[in-house]
Amino acid sequence: MASLKELSKKEELFTGGHRLCAGCGAGIIARQVMIACEKPVVVANATGCLEVASTIFPYTAWRVPWFHSAFENAAASISGIETAYNALKKKGKVKEDINFIAFGGDGGTYDIGLQALSGAMERGHRILYICYNNEAYMNTGVQRSSATPKGASTTTAPSGKKSTGKMQMRKDLSAIMVAHNIPYVAQTTLSFQNDLISKVQKALSVNGPSFMNIMQPCRLGWIYPPEDTVRMGRLAADTCIWPIYEVTNGIYKLNYKPKEKKPITEWLKTQGRFKHLFSVGNEDIIKQLQEEVDKNWEKILSLCNEKA
Amino acid sequence: MKVAKTGNEAMAEAMRQINPDVVAAYPITPATEIVMIFSQFVADGLVDTEYVAVESEHSAMSACIGASAAGARVMTSTSSQGLALMYEMLYIAAGLRLPIVIGEVNRALSAPINIHGDHSDTMGARDSGWIQIFSENSQEAYDSMIQAILISERAKLPVMVTTDGFIISHCLEVIDMIPDSDVKRFIGEYKPERFLLDIKKPYTLGAIDLQDYYFEHKMQEAEAMKNSKKIIMDVAAEFNKSFGREYGFFEKYKLDDADIAIVCLGSAAGTTKVVVDELRAKGIKAGLLKPRVFRPFPYKEIASELSKVKAISVLDRSDTYSAYAGPVFTEITSALYSSNIQIPVNNYIYGLGGRDIGIADITKVFEELVGISKTKKVERLIGYIGVRE
Repeated sequence: MASLKELSKKEELFTGGHRLCAGCGAGIIARQVMIACEKPVVVANATGCLEVASTIFPYTAWRVPWFHSAFENAAASISGIETAYNALKKKGKVKEDINFIAFGGDGGTYDIGLQALSGAMERGHRILYICYNNEAYMNTGVQRSSATPKGASTTTAPSGKKSTGKMQMRKDLSAIMVAHNIPYVAQTTLSFQNDLISKVQKALSVNGPSFMNIMQPCRLGWIYPPEDTVRMGRLAADTCIWPIYEVTNGIYKLNYKPKEKKPITEWLKTQGRFKHLFSVGNEDIIKQLQEEVDKNWEKILSLCNEKA
Repeated sequence: MKVAKTGNEAMAEAMRQINPDVVAAYPITPATEIVMIFSQFVADGLVDTEYVAVESEHSAMSACIGASAAGARVMTSTSSQGLALMYEMLYIAAGLRLPIVIGEVNRALSAPINIHGDHSDTMGARDSGWIQIFSENSQEAYDSMIQAILISERAKLPVMVTTDGFIISHCLEVIDMIPDSDVKRFIGEYKPERFLLDIKKPYTLGAIDLQDYYFEHKMQEAEAMKNSKKIIMDVAAEFNKSFGREYGFFEKYKLDDADIAIVCLGSAAGTTKVVVDELRAKGIKAGLLKPRVFRPFPYKEIASELSKVKAISVLDRSDTYSAYAGPVFTEITSALYSSNIQIPVNNYIYGLGGRDIGIADITKVFEELVGISKTKKVERLIGYIGVRE
């Protein structure tokens, strides 16, 4: 991989002037992904923050062919585009080698779009699906998703006198994608640029579907100062809330191991969505969350053949 | 070439001859055969099509939309719940002005679940921005599928060509097929003005369109539907010139000197023709107007054709559950009203869930019309045929 300094000299395919929030991680992810692209690329977007904020007609932040049709179908849309490519390439109507990337938030990916995603992965289209995972439906105003962690307060699972926020643990979508036996699955966050960019390049080089689950800190929904976005991503990795790993043809590899695994309270206390967990009587939720993180981290270490 | 084909086989054969770049489809009774037969064409190398066996109709239409936006000639097939699951995407296909053709086999909607033919599914999509063409038989379905490709690409609007579930889809009829090479020449090559895979001219398709542009874009879509009327007639004329079969917005059967007329779509029109002949033999001047193109709705042309009859019955193979009338009735009466034509009209809902409609049923409707034509009074505005009340 070229250095970030060299890559930064490339023409930006995702440009400034979009209307994402100050400190939004989705824009950082889109920019890093587009910098990673070495071949011409067509992008499909699920309905969501990235879509609404980057393409307000008649403006667009995209210097590549970009497509959006609905919320739950980015994977099906990119399937159709990639299939058209195969048909037109065969007939000589398209000459270039083209890569295909779909972006969806955790709403469009974990929940409403899961069926379309599973279908596209099973069919083996040569596409990269990127979930910019901010752990709730941020575009509609911070509603819980199946990616929302237990204990987080959202507008449809708010904390209150008789509630500690979301009751359920989040589901492990990366594992579900691994279970599709696709050539490449990876988790990362926007705070590890080299890792993110090299993973995009690996994903685009495989002959088949690939999936990246990129944790995207959201200053609005998580409630933290906008300048802390990149710091938040690093903290997610250092607390092992969000393990950084990849699975190539079924083989797991750990890409980041914190020197010192930080306790989950370091993570929780930085964000307004977890504030209520520090009230007297909610200690058990924090304990459960720590146990869950530990269990998952042990599992990932074991899958990656790493020692604790 | 005269061959015996079911409606589904006829649609699948049309798709083979059209040889689209991409077909993305999901099976559903009674349209399943269309994609089964077509998949075999793909497996046997009889077409160049890339076939995507998607996991739902929602994804079928989503993939068709993506492929069409990417620059491919795209077709699919569905029915009933499948069309209903596509509903969100139907509006998007039309709104993005993408030429996609569906072979749609009309079937009842759940609940209760039922697999047989009525028009509830297609009528539910009547305001989705799709051109809708109904077929009386396999021949019409076959011919309309071929015309639909040109109509959709010229109008930049999606088109659904429909048959009636089982009644046409599974009924073996002799059809006159056009040689492959003639179909190929007739439809020509698809050359989109712009497409996503034209990598040197990147553009954003599907942007968010707020208060200051949305209305203009929807107005353009409405204009496109108006403009499609001429395109539909032009394509029909070209088809007639090439293959000698005449099509238009509707078919008139002994209507010009008729005193009483039935208006109905699809397979029931065939039965109605038999009754018209029987009544004519008895000296009763009965006639039929069979709309073929329901969207765009040729309201002026239909009103003008119906202006000389004394009484009309509109038969609807679906209900609107509006405590009023069926969808065809409201369109026909509104067309007459806006043309200042005052004729007594009644409405019959028939054939829901595949309930048969026979010669005796339609004879009864005409007999009632004879009375209405004399009294000029409609005693019962909306009735039901062949249902236990």
